[in-house]
Order: sequence, then C-alpha cells, then structure tokens
Amino acid sequence: MKMKKPGFLLTSLSTALLALAAPTAQAAWTLNMTPGISAISRNIYSLHMRVFWWCVVLAVFVFGWMIYSLIRFRKSQGAVPDTKLVHNTTAEIIWTVIPVIILIVMAVPATRTLIETDDATNTELTIRVTGYQWKWGYEYVGSGVTLLSTLDRDSNVARQLGSGIDPNSVPNYLLNVDHPLVVPAGTKVRLLLTAQDVIHSWWVPALAIKKDAIPGFINEAWFKIDAENTGLYRGQCAELCGRDHGFMPIVVDVRSKADFESWLHTQQALQRPADAAPTATLPDAAPASAVSAVAGNTTSKTG
Amino acid sequence: MAYTEHAATADHDHHDHPPKGIWRWLSTTNHKDIGTLYLIFACIMFFVGGAMAMVIRLELFKPGMQFVDPAFFNSMTTVHALAMIFGAVMPAWVGLANWMIPLQVGAPDMALPRMNNFSFWLLPFAFTLLIIGFFVPGGAPAGGWTLYPPLVLQGGDSFPLAIFAIHLMGASSIMGAINVIVTIMNMRAPGITLLRMPLFVWTWLITAYLLILVMPVLAGAVTMLLTDHFFGTSFFSASGGGDPVMFQHIFWFFGHPEVYILILPAFGIVSEVIPTFSRKPLFGYEAMVYATASIAFLSFIVWAHHMFTVGMPLAGELFFMLSTMLIAIPTGVKVFNWSATMWRGSLSFEPPMLFALAFLFLFTIGGFSGLMLAIAPADFQYQDTYFVVAHFHYVLVPGAIFGIMAGVYYWLPKWTGHMYSQTLGKWHFWLSTIFVNVLFFPQHFLGLAGMPRRIPDYATQFADWNMVSSIGGFGFGLSQVLFPILIWKCIRGGEKAPAQVWEGAHGLEWELPSPTPYHTWQDPPSNAQIAHGAEH
Repeated sequence: MKMKKPGFLLTSLSTALLALAAPTAQAAWTLNMTPGISAISRNIYSLHMRVFWWCVVLAVFVFGWMIYSLIRFRKSQGAVPDTKLVHNTTAEIIWTVIPVIILIVMAVPATRTLIETDDATNTELTIRVTGYQWKWGYEYVGSGVTLLSTLDRDSNVARQLGSGIDPNSVPNYLLNVDHPLVVPAGTKVRLLLTAQDVIHSWWVPALAIKKDAIPGFINEAWFKIDAENTGLYRGQCAELCGRDHGFMPIVVDVRSKADFESWLHTQQALQRPADAAPTATLPDAAPASAVSAVAGNTTSKTG
Repeated sequence: MAYTEHAATADHDHHDHPPKGIWRWLSTTNHKDIGTLYLIFACIMFFVGGAMAMVIRLELFKPGMQFVDPAFFNSMTTVHALAMIFGAVMPAWVGLANWMIPLQVGAPDMALPRMNNFSFWLLPFAFTLLIIGFFVPGGAPAGGWTLYPPLVLQGGDSFPLAIFAIHLMGASSIMGAINVIVTIMNMRAPGITLLRMPLFVWTWLITAYLLILVMPVLAGAVTMLLTDHFFGTSFFSASGGGDPVMFQHIFWFFGHPEVYILILPAFGIVSEVIPTFSRKPLFGYEAMVYATASIAFLSFIVWAHHMFTVGMPLAGELFFMLSTMLIAIPTGVKVFNWSATMWRGSLSFEPPMLFALAFLFLFTIGGFSGLMLAIAPADFQYQDTYFVVAHFHYVLVPGAIFGIMAGVYYWLPKWTGHMYSQTLGKWHFWLSTIFVNVLFFPQHFLGLAGMPRRIPDYATQFADWNMVSSIGGFGFGLSQVLFPILIWKCIRGGEKAPAQVWEGAHGLEWELPSPTPYHTWQDPPSNAQIAHGAEH
C-alpha cells in the first residue's frame, strides 16, 4: 500500500511549480514571493529561495527514505523485523553534525542581510508613517507635506457586507487608496513608523519591508528603490488592528527623482495656506530641492 | 495470560463498579473516568472550534463580504484559536495522560485524584465564560488569541470574561501538570526506572515541567491587561510610561513553550505507535529523551521569533534567529530516529500507524516552513501572512491533532474492549489526510503572494488558492464527523479485543485485560510483566 501519496505528490508538484513560477506577475494562482524592486528586496528573495531549496533537498532525502521503508519493509510482503537495530552512534553523529553545518551555511548570508536592513544611515528623505484605525498618514518630514491614505471609494463600497458588487469589477480591489505615498526611486529613504491608537504594521512586499507601527514609539526602516523601477506598488496592514484591519492598504507611487521633487513642490504649494504654523524646523537643503537630510535625533524604538 | 496468574485485576476494595448516573461523572476521582471526561470535552471543543473555522473558510471562499461582519470574523479567528489550543488540544493531551500514565508506569491511579477531578471540572466553566462573550455587549473577543494590547483593551464586556476564562484554564493546566509530575516521579512501580518508561510518559513529564514554568507567565500577562483596563495601570500603554511590546515579550515567553506543550505529547505517541507497527523497538531511545529535553530547554530562548517586525535591536533579532534555527537540530534527530525505527522493520498500516505516518510526513513539512520563518530578514515577508498560518496549522493539525487521533486509535480497544471498524478508521484517515493538505498547502502560496492573515476579505489575485483552501476546509471538517461516530460504535460493541491488541505492542498497558478494569495495578506489576512490557 503506497502511503501518503496524494499529500506527497501534491507537495512535490507544487514545489516544482514554485521553482518555475514567474516571480514578477501578481496574477492568480501565484506561488512565490516577489523579488521586489530594490537590492535588499532581491537579497531577501534570494535568502528565501536558498532556504527553500535546502528544504527541498532535505525533504527529498527524508521523504525518500521514509517512502522506501514503507514499501520495502511491509509485513504483507514478508519483511522480517531486525529487532536488534536500535543503536547506531555513527548515524546519530552524522545526522546531528550535517544539519548543524547546513544551518551555519544558511545563517551566514542571513546574518549579513539582517545587518544591512538595520543600517538606516545616510538617508536623503525621511517620511513619518502613522497608522490609524483604519488608514495611513504620511508626512514628508521637513517639507510640511502630509497626506492621509484611505481605502479607495470603489473598493470600500464593494466590500460592504452583502453589497452584491463583484470584486472582480473593481480595479485593484482592496489594494487601492485615494492618496498614494509618492516616493523617489534611486534614493535612500527612511521611514519613521508610529501609530495613533493600536499596533498596525506597514508592509509593502515589493520593498520587502514590514515594520510594526506602535503607538507611543517610533520604529525605523529604510529602502532604496532601483532607479528604473518606477510605478505603483501595493501593500497592506500586517497587524490585526480591529474591525477594518483588512481594509487599510498601502500604495507606493514610485517616481523618478525629478518627478518626485516637482510633485513635492506642488504639494507644498497646495498645503502651505492650510498650515496654521510651520512645523518643520529644518531648512531646505537647496532652493530647488525640498528633499532634506534629517539629523538622527528622533527617538528610535530600541525595544 | 500473564494477568490471570496475578492480582492485577483482583479488587481488594469490592468497589470495581463505579456509582451510577451523573454523580459518577461529577465526583469521580478515577483516572480512567477523568481521562474520558477530558477526551469528551476535547472532542466537543474540537467541533466548536472547527465550526468557527468553517465560518472563516466560508467567508474566505470568494472575495467580497458575503456572510459575516468583519468584527464577527475577527471573533471567529480569535475564539477558534482559543478553543482549539486551550479547549481541544491541551485537554486531549491531559485526557490521554490521565488514562495512560498510571497504566504505563504500573500505578493504581494519579497521585492526586481529587485535584484531578477539580482540574477537569474547571474547564467547562472556563469555556462557558468564554462563549458567553458572544452574547454580551461588544461581542466575543476579537483581538486575536494573542491578545495584543492596545487592541485587546478595545474589547467590550467579553474582555474580562475571557481573562477569567484563561485564568481558570491556566489553573487547570498547572494542577494537571503537578499531578503528572508527582505521579511519574513517585508512583512508578518498582522496576520502572526513568530510562525504562515509555516515551509518552517521558514527553508528558517534560511537558508538565513546561506547563508549570510558563502558565503562570501567561496569567501574569493577562492580569496586567486586566489592571491596565480597569485599575489605571499602564504596563502596556506608552502614555503612562509603559510599552505594548513588553506584552508581546511576556506573552511569547509563555507562547513559545506553549506550542511545544502542544506537540511534545504527540512526539511521545508517535514514538510508541511507530515501533509497535514496525515490530521493532524505537531507534535511539536515549537520544529521543535527550532530544525532547533539548527542545524543551531551547523553547525558552526563542520567543521573539514571533516578533521579528516589532523593531528589536539588531543583536536581539540575530540572537533569536540563530537560537530558533538551532531547534531544528533536535527536531531533526527525532524525525531521523522515527525513520530509522521503520528501517528494516516489518510494517503494517492500521489506523494508528496511518495517523502516525501522516504525522511524520506532514509535521516535517511544518518543520521546513518553520525553518524558513526562522530566517529573520525573510520573515519580514512571511510574518503575519498566510505563510505563518500554513506553518502552524501543519504542525498543529497533522501534527498535534493527528497525534491525538493516533493515540485514540491506538488505545481505544484497550479502553473499550472492542476493536473498531478498520474500514471506518481508514476512511477517516484518508479523507482527513487528503483534505488537510488541500486546506493548508495552498496557504503557503497565499502568504508568499502577499496575503496578510486575520483579514475577512482579500484582493482578487488571492481568490483561486482561497477557494481551493476553503474546499479543503469543508472536506476536512465533514470528515471529522466520522471520528466520534467510530468511537461511539466502538464503545457500544464490536469484535472483542484481546489484552495484546496489537501484535507488536510493548508496554504495561498491554499486560492488562481489554477493557481495563475500573481499578488497575492495585498490586504492582510483576517482574515478568515488566520484562515483557518494557522493551527498550
């Protein structure tokens, strides 16, 4: 009797597909993570694939061994048990030491990448991200530009209980907002994350950034998107934050440096009359650029 | 044979018949009765939690909100987890411990029989409190079973009910653990040395120590939530000088050992079932004991791998990544030892063995996704997504739950004196195994594709795998109905089971008649019984 065949076949078929799946399109039946749009996101993707392949190798070995035993040593086929086979120190040592070596091989690049994600120095732009129930607020520190980013109207109407509207008829259903976060490509950007009420988490898969937004504390993250990867990238809140946790998405509108700066200027002009008093205390770096370096004096979350 | 020559079944006190009616079940101090109570309770809670899972999968069947309010959906995910963890898996393990530990160590009962009764009866009250939460203003708890503040403090009247329920469950677990340790350390029959105990007893001994060490930590954490909400403390509120993340540290200091509490007894069961149906002793008995102890020890120093995105300093992230990866070593040792037990054995595939084999394969898959999750930078993409949901359901459902089922299928004929329908058992097994994979394997893909967890609705690119998963969920849920049906039929009747129910079984429980008499081992087992029983 062949055991576990359906489960195992499903697994091996899926893993084969996983390997072959195009890692870019977020289409239906997606099997794998996106490699993303920055050097670090690609780094993280390759860590993921590396550990995945190790798991496949180990699985083939371990499951192969088990399946062989299940077939070869069946009582119904006349197998007689070797009741003396209860010890083998050599085997025990080998199957302890080899996994340790494999783990070290995995840990080295993982450690390197972890250290890299922690280095938020030399950033050119700082954005404060605030999580609310149930939307995101963004402020371009030093420029006076703020915006609130809420689930777009069409999605919000369609998602109501019993709305009867087919989600497939809504473009980017549940992943669209009214005011996206506009950021420049080819620029090291720092995010300072906090929240107003409960813990939220800001996650954009294409950036491989997920950081909790905690009320009363400030967390830090950074990204540098490849200069050529302009466009719209979508994410979601990733920490249960109440009733509408599933309905506060993130949209990042990545533009060239020049486009970003002209956008920011426009926003400043639009928002300046509404400012009661200037909140920014840092001067602009140069008249043509509102992108200012922020001294690292903010209280960071160090746990 | 061996038992007729011995006083094992002679009842010295002429009370081999328990009292009749409901009073028997309310007042019993008999480990078999209490074990049965725990198992029945666990089975009911399995279906209660399972029904909530069906609601979840129903809403997630297609994109769009068709059935429930998002807040109610959050209650479903929250109470599903609480019911399954604290109502189904943990009581099932205590039930199996109660039934089997005295039988396996040659003791007449547990060390503290009245406390045993109390430990059980706390549970129906605790869960009544929890379920009442659905009917009070604000609805049932909806902040996740992990109870993170500040969100949990936004809960309505069900919040204090849930906290009290958790206190009661925790007290029950702690008392049960004390009972287990005292029984094992003090009441083993002469000749049953520690390193001759069955693995199920070993894993329960270690689990009991974990319970005593960490349940009070959970009690502390939830009490701090209570005082923050009602008595003006600010343990977890930044505006008062506190820190919501401190809750997470305290909770997961409990929470990680808790998941090992959920799985260690399954390791014990599998370590008995596989040797029996391989007709060969467990490979590397001592290594298995030490591996289990290592896992238990390591479980205390990995907790913050549940918190990789919280904003910990680099040193913390690194430490927890490396310590978490380390747990793979003793776990791997166990998987290899089970495989080596089957190697050059003589295998047969009755239902207990089927469930143990499914455990071996599918728990290992859960272990692989666990290793992936340990890689902290990669975890930034997995954390709080369906990848995590897939991981823990693989280790809990085909892990812990199949372990429980393997144990029940293994020992049911001993308890009832009847063999059950092998056909029904195999149907239950195959339907469960196929559907559990249809249900949970696609969730790996959903997580990698970007679907967060704890959401009642999703973007259309996640629709296909969600539909597949939901079909698996309905199939799996329906298949479970076979289990109580089989058990009920077995209790009522069936082919008479001998003492040695399974040809290759070793252990003192197989020296006793089937069904076991109400009182057993009132005289300790003889050397012959021990020699025949314990074969390590």
